Amino acid sequence: MAENRTIALRCTNLHRYLGEGEGRVHVLKGVSFEARSGDVYAIVGPSGCGKSTLLYLLGLLDQPEEGEISINGQLMSNSDDAARTAARGEHIGFVFQFHFLMLEFSALDNVMMPMRKLGKLTPDQMTDRAHQLLTSVGLGEKTHRLGTQLSGGEQQRVAVARALANQPSIILADEPTGNLDVKNSSIVFDLLTRLAKENGQAVILVTHNPDIAGRCDFTRPMRDGLFV
Amino acid sequence: MSPNFRIAFRFLTAKKRAMTMSLACTIIGVGLFIVTQATTSGFEEFFIKTILGTDGAMRIQDEIQDTIHAIKTSETSDFTVSAREEGRKYIEGVQEPTQIIEALANFANVSGASAVLRGNIQVRSSFKNESAQIFGIEIDQHVKVSVLKSQVIEGSLDVFRDTPSGVLIGSVLAARLHLQVDSSILIDPLNQQPARRYRICGIYETGVRDIDKSRVYVRLSEARSLLKKPTGVTFIQLNLNDPYRAPQDALHMEEVLRHSAEPWQEREKSWLSAFSALKISSGITVSVFTLIAGLAMFNTLAMIVLEKTKDIAILRSMGYERSDITQIFLWQAVIVLAVGIVAGSLFGGGATYAISQMPLPRGGITGIFATKHFIVNLTPWHFVEASLTAIVTVMVASLIPARRAARLEPGDIVRGTAQ
Repeated sequence: MAENRTIALRCTNLHRYLGEGEGRVHVLKGVSFEARSGDVYAIVGPSGCGKSTLLYLLGLLDQPEEGEISINGQLMSNSDDAARTAARGEHIGFVFQFHFLMLEFSALDNVMMPMRKLGKLTPDQMTDRAHQLLTSVGLGEKTHRLGTQLSGGEQQRVAVARALANQPSIILADEPTGNLDVKNSSIVFDLLTRLAKENGQAVILVTHNPDIAGRCDFTRPMRDGLFV
Repeated sequence: MSPNFRIAFRFLTAKKRAMTMSLACTIIGVGLFIVTQATTSGFEEFFIKTILGTDGAMRIQDEIQDTIHAIKTSETSDFTVSAREEGRKYIEGVQEPTQIIEALANFANVSGASAVLRGNIQVRSSFKNESAQIFGIEIDQHVKVSVLKSQVIEGSLDVFRDTPSGVLIGSVLAARLHLQVDSSILIDPLNQQPARRYRICGIYETGVRDIDKSRVYVRLSEARSLLKKPTGVTFIQLNLNDPYRAPQDALHMEEVLRHSAEPWQEREKSWLSAFSALKISSGITVSVFTLIAGLAMFNTLAMIVLEKTKDIAILRSMGYERSDITQIFLWQAVIVLAVGIVAGSLFGGGATYAISQMPLPRGGITGIFATKHFIVNLTPWHFVEASLTAIVTVMVASLIPARRAARLEPGDIVRGTAQ
């Protein structure tokens, strides 16, 4: 069944070094990976094996020394900063471990922020969509609360809604439940996967949590910069 | 409201204390710039008004004679022609003042002309003697080129007009000689002629100490008799409709009248240069506040960049470009500038008005002019200059943190290795 779905993201032979001089480390040693729309992928492995580094490369937040990354069939690894930024805005949604909400803004503003930049919707449409997304993550009553007035679990749910705001084809999540208790972890994971599947989005998440990994469609264990 | 402006506004209002500091410095910088420029140029304008009202906008004085150099027509011939102008010779005074005044009437900018005969004298009172200068004038001509009428503080110009042996003397000279209106003085012309007695019809005060302590006005005919100069005058004092055109008019008049013409800008060059230097120096001094505003803005934005690196990473991950990040930080500077300039202008305008109502210490200033209050000259240019100084300083100071924020790599930030 997975074979019939389109490939949202593909990377081949990715190499990435971090640090400088004698401290330079070969973090990714030729990683290849592809993600299809509608599937949820878990990348697991011990700390320092290169999971997050891979995720940032896939999200075009970083550039590899070697290898190729294609988003929806378009080669992005060699493109300039403006093209990668535009691709992030249109095709990729991020959920980070530490919520990364903009705390001076309300939940509604946080969700509307990617939409305002993309500029495809009218202000009223943006507001309606943000309300709809926040309602779908169970925060319909707290849309005007500032980030500082939300609990950790609620902040992460806002982050999920924000990641989905521009209806991206790929959701990248770096330990999205790593900072939450069991109950909230389950809520956030369920939300992320349910909404992504409803919209046919590819979800790639990095996690240490074996329960979360076990509930994903595919699990890709990593060790020493390579999938094993 | 653009998304970048919205974000900038929230970032800025979240750093209330730092933002207030930047704003306060901008307000003080703009306000004090306006105050100092308004007061300095106020005193300069008043000085110009005083000297124009006393000595006129221009003086036509010594006659010009070109000296001609003779050159041979050829090496072998002794025949020469007068062809090349070698230089200029000046003959002291104006020999034909009536003709010159008639000619001056053809200059559109000239609104009045007064012939003046000047000479050195000794003034004697029962108390003491003082050196002074006599200024022989036709009073009806002279009131058209000066504000002598309003400068008379005691006595009357009409009495002076009707009294052949009447004089007007400066307030400082009168005080030194213990003289009042109707007192009599002896004027010794220092030319072997006997001293003559005159009656004081008025005491004037220009505020220019050098004039008030030395100048004695008498009728022109009396001055001719006293100084033994039956024809000619020392200079012709002019009033101009547009005194700021005096240098151009002077060049034209020299060509046409063949007399040297000295505009007030040339005559008062040293004082005007002093005022200019004072204006620049006070501008520079006060710009320190604007510089502090720039540094405070730099500090505020640098702090926001450090504190908001994660927010910058979030924005970049959502598709915000480097130029958006620069804009977000520059918008913050623009918000502070806009509020600072408006508030600073109100503060500067209000403070300038308050200062204009303040009496000067020790009863006022005399010396180069006389005033009991601060004099201000508030023009829109002072607001423009103050605003431009603040804009340049704050925007330049903001550009560095704004560009630094834009250069941050989102990958480095989320990995926690941003430098």
